[in-house]
Amino acid sequence: MKLLVTVKRVIDYNVQIRVKPDGSGVEKDNVKMSMNPPDENAVEEALRIKESGKADEIIVLSIGGDKAQETIRTALAMGADRGIHIKTDNELEPLAISKIISKIAEEEKPSIILMGKQAIDDDSNQTGQMTSALLNWPQATFASKIEIEDKSATITREIDEGLERIKVNIPFVASCDLRLNEPRYASLPNIMKAKKKPIDIKDANSLGIDISSRTEQLKVEEPPVRQKGIMVNDVSELVQKLKHEAKVI
Amino acid sequence: MSILVLAEHNNNDIKPATLNTISAASQIEQEIDVLVTGFQCEELAKKIAKCEKVSKVIFVDNEKLKNPIAENIEPIVLSVAEKYSHIMAPATTFGKNIFPRIAVKLDLAQISDVIKIISNDTFMRPIYAGNAIATVKSNDKTKIITIRPTSFDPVETSGGSDVVENLEFETENNSVEFIDREESQSERPELSTARVVISGGRGLQSAENFKLLNEIADKLNAAVGASRAAVDAGYVSNDYQVGQTGKVVVPDLYIAVGISGAIQHLAGMKESKVIVAINKDEEAPIFNIADYGLNADLFEALPQLSSELDKLNTIQQ
Repeated sequence: MKLLVTVKRVIDYNVQIRVKPDGSGVEKDNVKMSMNPPDENAVEEALRIKESGKADEIIVLSIGGDKAQETIRTALAMGADRGIHIKTDNELEPLAISKIISKIAEEEKPSIILMGKQAIDDDSNQTGQMTSALLNWPQATFASKIEIEDKSATITREIDEGLERIKVNIPFVASCDLRLNEPRYASLPNIMKAKKKPIDIKDANSLGIDISSRTEQLKVEEPPVRQKGIMVNDVSELVQKLKHEAKVI
Repeated sequence: MSILVLAEHNNNDIKPATLNTISAASQIEQEIDVLVTGFQCEELAKKIAKCEKVSKVIFVDNEKLKNPIAENIEPIVLSVAEKYSHIMAPATTFGKNIFPRIAVKLDLAQISDVIKIISNDTFMRPIYAGNAIATVKSNDKTKIITIRPTSFDPVETSGGSDVVENLEFETENNSVEFIDREESQSERPELSTARVVISGGRGLQSAENFKLLNEIADKLNAAVGASRAAVDAGYVSNDYQVGQTGKVVVPDLYIAVGISGAIQHLAGMKESKVIVAINKDEEAPIFNIADYGLNADLFEALPQLSSELDKLNTIQQ
């Protein structure tokens, strides 16, 4: 069984982002970048499935500029087998991304596609569901537990009301939640080994897919700044303020 | 043209987020149809048809729709899609799960988590955990949109057209099977719509200690929430999580207890009207956005808060 994992290079989750003064976007120069956090869970889950003997190859796919290869290398250092880099300098929408992933899936024929449930930059939460629909494979979104059986898998999903369990046929697309597992760190020897693992590079425009943008980002701005409040000395002062000043209790 | 809203419900009651979504739709267009897909829920369909701004309910009743499996609902929405200029759902796990499928099958982009409607093709949405707001214009002929419920006031549950139209639809998908749901039962208000929310973080140190919050929640008629750290540590279940990948809440009062204030947590609560932070670390970033900060040990502060609230209630009675 083959697994396909998708990873996105995003601004590191610890970085306080800055909006460009001209409103054209978010400052990305000289900012620490890393793998989108739930994508790390997707890589980790693929490794665990392989380690349990249920899969024999893990392919990592990333779509983006040249530096997307660093993110692929990170996944290879964690233990994935080979990479595919679809090169583009444009910021593609989830619609285009899911078309590319589907195209790769048709070529590689994985049994499971694992991806993060959401990228922490555009917060769209669309690509997994779109890929599933394009391939006509079942989807298992917001997965916090994946149990693989013979021809199907039982998935525990995190939903607003609590947890839901569904059974999906293989092949399927899973979008991974942060609580699915604890991603491992790559060891130094594995980082060295990863440098020798193959990455196949293709230009996004060479795939024969319409990846044009359907939306225009007119402006990016800072959210309204919240005024810093006051410190109270004790609980009784707090309660008095909430009662008489804020009038919320 | 008119707008289609996909209703979220549990076959008995409409989910409040649906009412917010109808309200958002009414800012664009007055002709609003609501699609209700479910099982043995005719009463519910009638109730939804009575809601303000609803022109008619399109009702599909089918055993396969008892639980909201995305693959089963998607073809129903697609079968009626061409009549509408906009198709909307709440940006809850229900809407997020289904809507990208509809967008891609129609070869359209989706605009997720809209917080403001500028015009019929231009919308504002948060990116980077709400640390930036993007204004996005859609050039697609049909707009596929999910609405952040807390950004729009709900419509009233009366004043609608009272028209329900039945639609027969057989779903053929067999690749997904619903097994079960484990829903947290609570007498307290629902987290995403509560007027007061009290949330705990890693500072609570155990599941047991969340009882301290429950006690205060009961006195304030508040919902209880949690930071991702507290959920990851297993103190409470995932449906408590407030933040970028959890729930977004906008209560009148948000009390953050033992929560440091990571970016992803702030994304879920920083629009609250009044924010209180109780933390023993005076450097905790949560104090930067709190209206009232109390630098104290929560294990001393919470019992005191509980007895102060008792005093207040005694005076009021």
